[in-house]
Amino acid sequence: MSHTVDPTTTRGNVLVVDDDAPLSEMLAIVLRQEGFDSRLVARGDEALDAFHDYKPDVVLLDLMLPGMDGIEVCKQIRQESGVPIVMLTAKGDTVDVVVGLESGADDYVVKPFKPKELIARIRARVRRFDGSSSEQLTIGDLAIDVAGHQVSRDGRPIALTPLEFDLLVCLARKPHQVFSREVLLEQVWGYRHAADTRLVNVHVQRLRSKVEHDPENPEVVVTVRGVGYKAGPV
Amino acid sequence: MTDPATITSSLRRLGRVLHLGGLRRVLAFWRRSIRVRMVVSTVVLTALAVVLVGWILLEQTRSSLLNHRVDATLAEVREEVAEAESGLAAASGIDVDASGQRTDLVEPIIERGLSRGFWVVLAGPVSPNGGRIADGGSEWSPGLDTSSVPASLEDHFQKVDAKNAWTYADIRTGTTRQPQHTPGIAVGSQVTLPANGSTYNLYFLVPLTQEQETLGLITRGLVVAGVILIVLIGAASWLVARRVVNPIRLARQTAERLAAGRLEERMLVTGEDDLARLAVSFNQMANNLQNQIRQLENLSRVQRRFTSDVSHELRTPLTTVRMASDVLHDARSRFDPTTARAAELLQTELDRFETLLVDLLEISRFDAGAAALDIDDVDLADVAARVGESVAPVAARRGVRVVMHTPGRPCLAEADVRRVERILRNLITNAIDHAVGPRTDPAADAPVAIDVYVDADSHAAAVAVRDHGVGLAPGEAAMVFNRFWRSDPARNRASGGTGLGLSIALEDARLHGGWLQAWGRPGEGAQFRLTLPRRIGAPLRHSPLPLVPADAIDHAERVARATEAMP
Repeated sequence: MSHTVDPTTTRGNVLVVDDDAPLSEMLAIVLRQEGFDSRLVARGDEALDAFHDYKPDVVLLDLMLPGMDGIEVCKQIRQESGVPIVMLTAKGDTVDVVVGLESGADDYVVKPFKPKELIARIRARVRRFDGSSSEQLTIGDLAIDVAGHQVSRDGRPIALTPLEFDLLVCLARKPHQVFSREVLLEQVWGYRHAADTRLVNVHVQRLRSKVEHDPENPEVVVTVRGVGYKAGPV
Repeated sequence: MTDPATITSSLRRLGRVLHLGGLRRVLAFWRRSIRVRMVVSTVVLTALAVVLVGWILLEQTRSSLLNHRVDATLAEVREEVAEAESGLAAASGIDVDASGQRTDLVEPIIERGLSRGFWVVLAGPVSPNGGRIADGGSEWSPGLDTSSVPASLEDHFQKVDAKNAWTYADIRTGTTRQPQHTPGIAVGSQVTLPANGSTYNLYFLVPLTQEQETLGLITRGLVVAGVILIVLIGAASWLVARRVVNPIRLARQTAERLAAGRLEERMLVTGEDDLARLAVSFNQMANNLQNQIRQLENLSRVQRRFTSDVSHELRTPLTTVRMASDVLHDARSRFDPTTARAAELLQTELDRFETLLVDLLEISRFDAGAAALDIDDVDLADVAARVGESVAPVAARRGVRVVMHTPGRPCLAEADVRRVERILRNLITNAIDHAVGPRTDPAADAPVAIDVYVDADSHAAAVAVRDHGVGLAPGEAAMVFNRFWRSDPARNRASGGTGLGLSIALEDARLHGGWLQAWGRPGEGAQFRLTLPRRIGAPLRHSPLPLVPADAIDHAERVARATEAMP
């Protein structure tokens, strides 16, 4: 089922994958109030088809799903698309959150979440980094085309999710500045008081696995112990 | 010659070496090894018994040998004397010369003595003036030193008609240059010469060489037998000790393995003796332990599983209700006043319900041992500042100002930043709730201050949160961390706290191996201090911040001084 909003006024399409029908319906109501169009899927194994059909701007994904595990759905979507994924998790435990983030999710909210908090996160994911300027940045031995959303090394493009791209651009714009995890959360994720710096840790790891020659000895995104991260030397 | 001082000092050195090295090691070995103790004590006891038995045996043999020899000698002497006397009596008619008779008497005895291995001395005649060997006129076997006759024996024969007597004697023979000593017995007897009717003393000196040899032989035999006995008994006790100690040692090793968590370890049972029964009981104990631990583990697993399930099952509907309530709350301006108020109440109580649920789940996660740390280097000053900033609006609404006192340098500790933040938020909101004391006027313009102190040293970092409110009654400092504890049950719950905040904070602190302590005095406010070790797992010994605030000490001193000043 689909809760359509007038296509001219919609702020984005949200695919909701959750097996709890009342929650899904409530999510659809809240999303419609906020001007988002949504489609609901109750089974994990139907999620990918709906994803292809609906082409959402954001995916809300429950972790415990019939048919297919939320983690697995997340991995499969990530294989073909960098679309923002926000996990809905009932457990705040470190392991679950980290496993979810490592499988490719951009962000997570722990049930019971406040609707405004969820909307803020969806907005943050839909609202992209300002990419209108035709900037050319370099970080390490990578070239970044901000307008074209392209990262390349020696002319060969490297595929990054939008979030990873934003993270890299944020670091590359101020190559000498050390960014604390809190600052990165604010600038890349768009949160003011979100305390969970694990988001940053996991995404830096994922970014490194894609852009570093040796992720164990990073040269592009360098850790500054006790403070945060900065761009590596050019 | 060695200087005595040198000897003393070297002896002392030797003693020290023995004391430091060998002796201590020997003592330690003695204390530790049952087997050594058993063997050594058995050997020592056996040796004592052997020595005692050997000594008694030797004494008995010696006295019986000597008695036998003395009897034989006495009989011989009697025979000799009787023979001599009868010889004299027969010759009395022919020769009446006393000295001739004396010679006749003693010559054959000396002759026989030479051939049969004894010495003879003839002294006398016995008279009030003399009669000792040294008085002269004595005859003796050649080569004999007459002082071999003991003086006590000579004294006995200084009167006529003395009975035969004997005593032990050291028989001296040979030249003065090369004296020979032979242990023996001296037997004395008196004879009367028919020529002049005077009495002479006849001493027989009989060597005990043969008996001495026999005794030596027996002694050597006893010593050899004793040594063999001790060695055999030592070996036997070693074997016995091994049979007894080995199972004990096995039991110890098994117990150690059990203690190390290898619960499936058991002892081998052989036979039906006491040791086998020890093994059986031991295994029974291990079985019971294993069962108990399995049960507890299962219980803990079930509890953890339950926590996780409840968490999931409760949270999903709560999320739906929460969103529905938000929708209603946002739309309340379009409702009639009663419904609008209901929507408001629904919203606020849902907030409370949610906080309570989150806290309860957190507590049950601690109880199940499912709480895990996500360690990083955390600057406590930074976290305190962040929390202070985030609670500032709430504080301002209640007329409270949060004042930070940081040392201006990072106060690092290895910690889980989310948990530390939660602890500090709990402490500071708690302080805000209790900041307004009986002496402060909430209507006053100047806001009430809460002081947050942060400090660190090389092995610990600490945060202390001080309020100047009602304080804590004596004994309450220990109770504030109890679940759902409230200082005054009737008091209004202004902040909507769940009553679990401080319990969770305490569990969080414990998870880090840190301390969370409270101080308070009625009317003087309270202070809560969190101390975390610089390195996780390192033991805490002290905190960089005092638990009792400086101003409270001053106040107490002032009170004390005032009391002293009073007459």
